[in-house]
Amino acid sequence: MIEIENLSKWYGDFRVLTDCSTKVASGEVVVVCGPSGSGKSTLIKCVNGLEPAQKGRISVDGMEVMARGSDLTKLRARIGMVFQHFELYPHMTVRENLCLAQQKVLGRNRDEAVAKTEALLQRVGMAQHIDKHPGALSGGQQQRVAISRALAMDPIAMLFDEPTSALDPEMINEVLDVMVELAKEGMTMMVVTHEMGFARKVADRVVFMDAGAIVEDRPTEEFFGNPESDRAKDFLSKILNH
Amino acid sequence: MGDFDFGVIAGNLPFLMQGLQLSLLLTFLAVLGGIFFGTILALMRLSGILPLSLLAGTYVNLIRSVPLILVIFWFYFLVPLALGRPIGNFYSALIAFTLFEAAYFSEIIRAGIQSVRKGQVHAAQATGLNYWQTQRYIVLPQAFRNMIPILVTQGIILFQDTSLVFVVSLRDFMTVSSIVARTEGRLVEMYIFAALVYFAICFAGSLFVRRLQKASTI
Amino acid sequence: MDYNWNWGVLFTDPYLGWLIMGVQWTFAVALAAWVLALVVGILVGVGRTLPSRPISFICTAYVELFRNVPLLVQMFLWYFVMPEMVPENMGLWIKRDMPNPEYVTAVIALGLYTASRIAEQVRAGINAVGTGLTNAAYANGFSVGQTYRYILLPISFRLIVPPMTSEFLTIFKNSSLALTIGLLELTAQSQQIAEYTFNGFEAYTAATVIYVCIALLATIVMQVAERYTRIPGYMGSK
Repeated sequence: MIEIENLSKWYGDFRVLTDCSTKVASGEVVVVCGPSGSGKSTLIKCVNGLEPAQKGRISVDGMEVMARGSDLTKLRARIGMVFQHFELYPHMTVRENLCLAQQKVLGRNRDEAVAKTEALLQRVGMAQHIDKHPGALSGGQQQRVAISRALAMDPIAMLFDEPTSALDPEMINEVLDVMVELAKEGMTMMVVTHEMGFARKVADRVVFMDAGAIVEDRPTEEFFGNPESDRAKDFLSKILNH
Repeated sequence: MGDFDFGVIAGNLPFLMQGLQLSLLLTFLAVLGGIFFGTILALMRLSGILPLSLLAGTYVNLIRSVPLILVIFWFYFLVPLALGRPIGNFYSALIAFTLFEAAYFSEIIRAGIQSVRKGQVHAAQATGLNYWQTQRYIVLPQAFRNMIPILVTQGIILFQDTSLVFVVSLRDFMTVSSIVARTEGRLVEMYIFAALVYFAICFAGSLFVRRLQKASTI
Repeated sequence: MDYNWNWGVLFTDPYLGWLIMGVQWTFAVALAAWVLALVVGILVGVGRTLPSRPISFICTAYVELFRNVPLLVQMFLWYFVMPEMVPENMGLWIKRDMPNPEYVTAVIALGLYTASRIAEQVRAGINAVGTGLTNAAYANGFSVGQTYRYILLPISFRLIVPPMTSEFLTIFKNSSLALTIGLLELTAQSQQIAEYTFNGFEAYTAATVIYVCIALLATIVMQVAERYTRIPGYMGSK
């Protein structure tokens, strides 16, 4: 489904990604982890072309992301993305947040879009907040709405960029629960996160990054049971011993 | 000090009101036009397309380095020449003000657009909205919301600026006050009156801006 | 378009002389008014932030008054109205004996008007430093005067260098309003040349080019000032 090959990216002279290669198969859940500044967020933003990269190749469902002239808009409409800071549109109600792209991009009519919106909000337990503005919601609620907004497009895969790092601790689980549910339904997911509990529970594979490079890319059990690199061991000991 | 005659104002009130109406109309139309062209200029500058951003940038910087009076003189000279016929003082002034203020509005709007967080643009793009949809539904509505107080402030400045049509004798409030002052020989009364009227309108406007700012920070 | 081009007109007598005179007056008005505006503007701006209620009220009133009346009206008030409002002897002196009345009036009007704008920048700069640092200074045992002298003013003056650049440019542009009371500065001279020669295009182009040069010059000067006053790692620094 998602193939990344030898991807490299520079900001000016500074190299943020070095020869990254990995794959996400259809129905697979891959967690990307690593210390901050290791390039995880940059990598995932390259997948739907939000960040341009200079070298390498990315393809999603057979479509070349980095090729000149490829229709990124069309690709993005098929991949859902969830952001660290939610990025709900603050000037619109929850309903409008979910309906906008359904109507303007997919061309659904108003009734279809609203019906879909209501169904999705029901599912994440946010139906009663449909007329509120994002500013009136808690972080956890906003993130659940943001996930619904991405799902409203009937995506073939979902990208999560640190979906719980901006949340207060007591709200993390309500968001993770929704994500676990999604994974169990067979959604293809690429998730940048520090939530190792989540990774253990649902991830098929873990990709560990450090300093812009992919250091380990292994099945979940192996990664947690027997990390190969010192850097991964070091990272795991810091993150698990709290 | 004893021989001031403020009755001169009452006697010429209809004439003065006509002048004030023209000032307000010119302000209103120039604000609309200025925001319209200012938005286009700002989008051109931020488009990332070099010829467009260079063109808009040059225009904005050029206009911002010359005095409004000189721009008014330019357009009074150029517009009839370009059109081959005079189109009247009011329209010449309106064109001059619109194009002049567009440069200032574009800087405000550009800052407003840049104040919208990049994550919002990413979120919009991630759901497949294209460039124009992203600008139209996500960026510009938020930008304008952030900008409303500054836009109103610029509107007040524009209202004050309209007094400069005095230099081409277009009969706005300032010119009309000056005509009354001279024909009646009552310079002191008329100019104090003009100052009070401008002050009342602009001060009320700036109080309104302060309320807007308070409302938006809560 | 039916137009007789003649760029040479700009370099013939007396028009070249007019332009040069105009530039000189523009600089004379703008620079003198800038000095006045800086002195008054800084005093008023600092005054607005002082803990003393009457002082901050007076300074606020000054800013509101000067900001909310068009500069053109202020120019006329100083020129036509002020001599009538002062004691008779003084009014007579202003009207009969004061040297260069247009120039003096233009400098006062433009200077005091610009002072209200500078005062706003100064106040914003001081407020931007924030209550945290102010409290830290008071906690250190500094008096109000010392806090301003050693902490607030040095930081805020650096912060307001960029907005002051645009005020510095604005004062050159606004000096053109002196033409309304008969001072033949650059804009007035170009208009006069346009009227005498019918070569409006050339005349206005000359004035425009000169104003653009002034703007570039002022920007460069202020950028240098900005570089020297920057605080490493503080907001606005790069």
